[in-house]
Amino acid sequence: MSDPVMMMPKRMVELEVDGQTVKVFEGETILDACNKVEIDTPTLCFGETLQPKNACRVCVVEVEGARVLQPSCSRKAEAGMKVHTNSERVRASRRMVLELLASSVDLSTTSVAPEYLEAYEARPEKFGPQAPPDTHRDHHRAGHSAVTDGQLAATVYQGIKIDNELYTRDYSKCILCYKCVDACGEQWQNTFAISVAGRGFDARISTEFVVPLPESACVYCGNCIQVCPTGALMFKSEHDLREEGEWREEEQTVTTTICTYCGVGCNLELHVQDNSIVKVTSPPDHSITHGNLCIKGRFGFQHAQARDGAKK
Amino acid sequence: MANEIIQAGLANMAFIEHSTENFENYKAHVAEYTLERAEELTGVPAEAIREVAHAYAKADRAMISWTLGITEHHTGVDNVLSLISLALVCGHVGRYGSGLNPLRGQNNVQGGGDMGAIPNRLPGFQDIENDHAAREKFSKAYGVPIRDRYGWHLTQMFHGMETGELKYCYIIGENPAQSDADSTRVRKLLGGLDFLVVQDIFATKTAELADVILPGSASWCESNGTVTNSERRVQRVRKALDPPGEAMDDQWILAELAKRLGFAWDYPTSEDIWNELRSLSPMHTGMSYARLEELGGIQWPCPEDGHPGSPRLHERLWADPVQGMLATFVPVHDRPPFEATDAEFPIRLTTGRRLESYNTGVQTEKFTSPLHVGEFLELCPEDMERMNLEDGEIVRVSSRRGAVESPVRTDVRLRPGLGFMTYHFPDQVDVNVLTIDAVDEKSGTAEFKACAIKVEKLAEGEQTMTAYADRELVAGD
Amino acid sequence: MDIKLLNVAPTEDEKEAVDLLLGPALSGWDGGERDALTDTRVAEGGHESREDRHLLLPVLWAVQDRIGYISAPALAYISKRMTIAPAEVYGVASFYMMLATEPTPPRVLHVCEDIACKCLGSDDLIATLQERFGPEGAVSADGRSTWHRSPCLGQCDRGPAVLMMEAGLEPFTRTYAPASTATALAVLSEEEGVAGTEPSEPYQLGDPSLRLLRRIGVIDPLSLDDYRAKGGYDALRAAVSLGPAGVIREIKDSRLMGRGGAAFPTGVKWEAVAQQPARPKFLICNADESEPGTFKDRVIMEGDPCSLVESMTIAGYAMGVENGFIYLRGEYPEAERALQSAIDQAYDRGLLGDDIMGEGFTFDLEIRRGAGAYICGEETAIFNSIEGYRGEPRSKPPFPVEKGVFQKPTAINNVETLINVLDVIRRSGPGYAETGTTGSTGMKLFCLSGNIERPGVYEVPFGGTLRELIDLAGGVPDGREIQAVLLGGAAGSFVRPDELDIELSFEAVREAKTTLGSGVVMVFDDTVNMHGILQRIAQFFRNESCGQCVPCRVGTVRQQEALARLASGKPRGGVETELELIAEIGGCMRDASICGLGQAASSAVESAIDRLGVFKEGAR
Repeated sequence: MSDPVMMMPKRMVELEVDGQTVKVFEGETILDACNKVEIDTPTLCFGETLQPKNACRVCVVEVEGARVLQPSCSRKAEAGMKVHTNSERVRASRRMVLELLASSVDLSTTSVAPEYLEAYEARPEKFGPQAPPDTHRDHHRAGHSAVTDGQLAATVYQGIKIDNELYTRDYSKCILCYKCVDACGEQWQNTFAISVAGRGFDARISTEFVVPLPESACVYCGNCIQVCPTGALMFKSEHDLREEGEWREEEQTVTTTICTYCGVGCNLELHVQDNSIVKVTSPPDHSITHGNLCIKGRFGFQHAQARDGAKK
Repeated sequence: MANEIIQAGLANMAFIEHSTENFENYKAHVAEYTLERAEELTGVPAEAIREVAHAYAKADRAMISWTLGITEHHTGVDNVLSLISLALVCGHVGRYGSGLNPLRGQNNVQGGGDMGAIPNRLPGFQDIENDHAAREKFSKAYGVPIRDRYGWHLTQMFHGMETGELKYCYIIGENPAQSDADSTRVRKLLGGLDFLVVQDIFATKTAELADVILPGSASWCESNGTVTNSERRVQRVRKALDPPGEAMDDQWILAELAKRLGFAWDYPTSEDIWNELRSLSPMHTGMSYARLEELGGIQWPCPEDGHPGSPRLHERLWADPVQGMLATFVPVHDRPPFEATDAEFPIRLTTGRRLESYNTGVQTEKFTSPLHVGEFLELCPEDMERMNLEDGEIVRVSSRRGAVESPVRTDVRLRPGLGFMTYHFPDQVDVNVLTIDAVDEKSGTAEFKACAIKVEKLAEGEQTMTAYADRELVAGD
Repeated sequence: MDIKLLNVAPTEDEKEAVDLLLGPALSGWDGGERDALTDTRVAEGGHESREDRHLLLPVLWAVQDRIGYISAPALAYISKRMTIAPAEVYGVASFYMMLATEPTPPRVLHVCEDIACKCLGSDDLIATLQERFGPEGAVSADGRSTWHRSPCLGQCDRGPAVLMMEAGLEPFTRTYAPASTATALAVLSEEEGVAGTEPSEPYQLGDPSLRLLRRIGVIDPLSLDDYRAKGGYDALRAAVSLGPAGVIREIKDSRLMGRGGAAFPTGVKWEAVAQQPARPKFLICNADESEPGTFKDRVIMEGDPCSLVESMTIAGYAMGVENGFIYLRGEYPEAERALQSAIDQAYDRGLLGDDIMGEGFTFDLEIRRGAGAYICGEETAIFNSIEGYRGEPRSKPPFPVEKGVFQKPTAINNVETLINVLDVIRRSGPGYAETGTTGSTGMKLFCLSGNIERPGVYEVPFGGTLRELIDLAGGVPDGREIQAVLLGGAAGSFVRPDELDIELSFEAVREAKTTLGSGVVMVFDDTVNMHGILQRIAQFFRNESCGQCVPCRVGTVRQQEALARLASGKPRGGVETELELIAEIGGCMRDASICGLGQAASSAVESAIDRLGVFKEGAR
């Protein structure tokens, strides 16, 4: 909330990014500085409404004097910092991060993936053919793994989870950005239906004991879908249309309106295809709920298109 | 709580002296409500009340938010006045992070009031009876004389139907046949009207009683306009879909109606209508569509272009000297629910809502989720055990006004003698057959939150209702 | 928080295990008996119980110790008692190797498969177990026992090692090392009379030059009196007469460097914590000694536990810290028993708690048992683990001295670092600094293991050579040649037999582009298949990665796969291509991982390739 009482004057710090001098407010990040001078920085786990988790490491930059690369999304800008975003060292790490992800995760619905992979000349195929889905993936013992012959590149592939009519969870597409967990938990929803479970390559998003969502604490606010960068979490309506080959994003219109239910006034972005709402998002930069909705706002649109001309 | 705060010396005397009146009376009045007395009345331990009172009084910023649990009583206005007094005692008003915040249950219930859809105010809360200049202004703008008397609120309207004074009714987007208390009576009254028009997006139970049904638009996604939320923020709604079939935009329907009644309104756009409002309602004057767009909504009052809107009301109380009227303490007394429980009807029923559903369910019945499980009478484990009931069992629930069958289940949040139901699934369980239309005289709101019921086990073969899971889903009805 | 739980009741045993640790439930809301009169009118918000979140790992241990695994009803009960959502509790429980979330027999034998034990025959032990007992995870006919592979158990001086964890009313965990096949099978079948290990005795026993090890094997580790008779608590007395600032001055003058691997100046760290205005402050002893090949801290904690308690008390006094934790790895039951005894006796004698020695200062100390996670040796991962979260490292900055455990200023020191404090106080800072080299003062403990005549912990001054150290331990067995020496553990690097004259000091090894790490000196003779060793190192990192960041989570897997292809003689696109790939993966892990685990995960592998030339034509 912008409130005069809460707004303290902030100091500016000056740093250098790729030779350009940039001034940002104290407390802003290197990524903020990059954005200010329009240096494109790839991000995957960064969410504008969430605290930076800096788990994906695709946004790393070189800071002179630092032993290792720094995540630009969370590292605060400091006065006098000299940052390089396009050195070979940076490009190599970003490329490898993308290759590691693309070789182990299905990025087919990660919207930014093609652009990033091309920009960094990533060749995920260099790790060899991908291993098939693992039906036991949700139950691996922490700290244990089978001996491999290395001929197949391990993947996070497993079956898609469809256990309710509202949204699907396809963790084969999950890059483990933690955003859904943070949105479900203390940063927004305070429902805590999901957590990261297991560890290492077997780490996964899970309910307690992998119970289906209807048995979990899930309240179907869909705020996890809102922040998911990969399509691992998806409206069932979108999933079904994609399955049928009828998902045509380029034809869709997006209209911002206000939720019809309670008096909070959440903003809805209605994604419409063929005069039907196929998905609902909420603008993350709106001060009322910062992209968050409840089950009614997110999924309660169906009444509008469930009436057949209305009785006369 | 207020008495405890005052007695403990935690009252904000500087604020009280500067900004309020009638405190001494109030203080004397609440003195009888000692912690012990409060415990006696509420069952809440005195120590817990004390703890909350002290925490509230000592907080830097504290806000009271409430919903219908405060207002849907025959003492609803008194309840709100108590909260206001409590906030005034501590000075928790008119500052960032403080205040009194009634959460609105509908997306535009505030906007309805803003637009004058209340019996005693013109758009912008200008008084119909007393604000002669405003009335003049509207008469001139509308080209028709505005009568200088208040209209009827809902309860008075039903009373009018009963006495035969009200014969015609035009209902837009509301389903009183299922949403109002004592629905048997409501249906009888609506059915007895000479002429009833219902404009809605569904053929509701109310529409079934109508002489004419006008299929309207789902205004939040099939029309353009504005709504006002709980924090008085006016925001734009925009058309994303075409209404289906012969359904028409509500604005078109009204303009068409006007035309056929002899007024050439010429189908104004939503922005035209809005701009007319801005010219008549000073609190909205600064809210052009362009600015609403740019700022993501504006909180009224916003009297002129360039005004940032008003995130907080009542800041004036902190001005020196106070701008306008002092805030008045209004002492109120504890009064129990209208209908007492007794030997025959030993359980108090309180009704409310669940997250996934909305009102009578006409909209939220149209999507399914694991949370949609139908209606239940919820009782505490002790009552369930005492009556030998099992989760999911179907029972008869009766009040002095009627009886329904309902499944029953345990909820540990309830206490002995208290039951909970919603009215989201009236086609399954018509809960408002049970509720009482005892109303608050000042607000006209019915006491949905308390009536007396009894719960009986059904004899073999007595059950008539089908389980929610076995119901027939009629799409688009 | 409105917690939604599965509607399943825990067993009486599960409930009792939890309640013994947390105390009785206070209302129906947190799992106790419902009182219809009060519970329906007052519900505490759960803030209070959530402040106890740091008890989550101990509670999970309580159930694990009692039942052998954490069932869904037990987990739900924990959730309710602690007001933590079940998904979160599951996330924490499933993070640790020693906590089971699937039905598991009460007795689990953990069999070390790591590199030191590999040199000492663990592959054979595992093969025999598979053949005679059944494959990993197989359950005995009576349903009571099973076995699993384990990463390094810290018994590298006497491998192959096994660890039996038995759940029940009187749970016990015991180490058997060295464990013959017969021992392992006897333990699995609950035969009576199989003796567990005793504390390791140093081969240097009686050597008057010993300072850190001087009491080990000499005193009864369970006797505070014995400890005091051998100079115990003289240092605390001296420290109090120096005053807090005086102690820190001596530590700074001693130029004592951290022995956990990072070699950070201890005095600088202590001074920073002492100067922090925030309260309370914490001291953590990092006793999660999980680096393969490392067992020096175990030897100290088992043989001279009081010295660690005294050192921490001095540290607490010097920094104005009143609360200390020893974060001890779960694989060290003997050390835990010894330390607990030392702590209990210290409390009894007024050497811990309030008004220590009548000097008016307070220091409380407790052990927190890890649960099988190498990553929890990373300092910020320890904070998360202690606080009841998954043991995932945090980003730095902020640094621990500013925001450590519970977001409060925290000094975190390794066991060996802390016991050096006694020596600093005894000799004075400058006196201490006389030993060793300019950049590396004092004595250093080394863990000699692998193919060596007298494996064990050795205490030598900084500045000697690697060759001298290996000779001190008797060199490789007769008739064998040294093939390679691993310095610093799995996160360290290999050196060649022609590099044995390297000086053992922080500055010299840095110069030689290797590391002392945690003091591991693991010797491999010419019989060892280095491919197998490297694959095990790679698998170790894969298994131990927390999974938080992409470079480490996936990089460790890709590194393991590439090594497997090389070792099996089926490289993709030729050996050179594979070696380039490994270097590329290593570069990204080193540069872009969040913490030291990922940053060092390729270190040993790359050194084997670059320094030893493991995959060159003709190499093994």
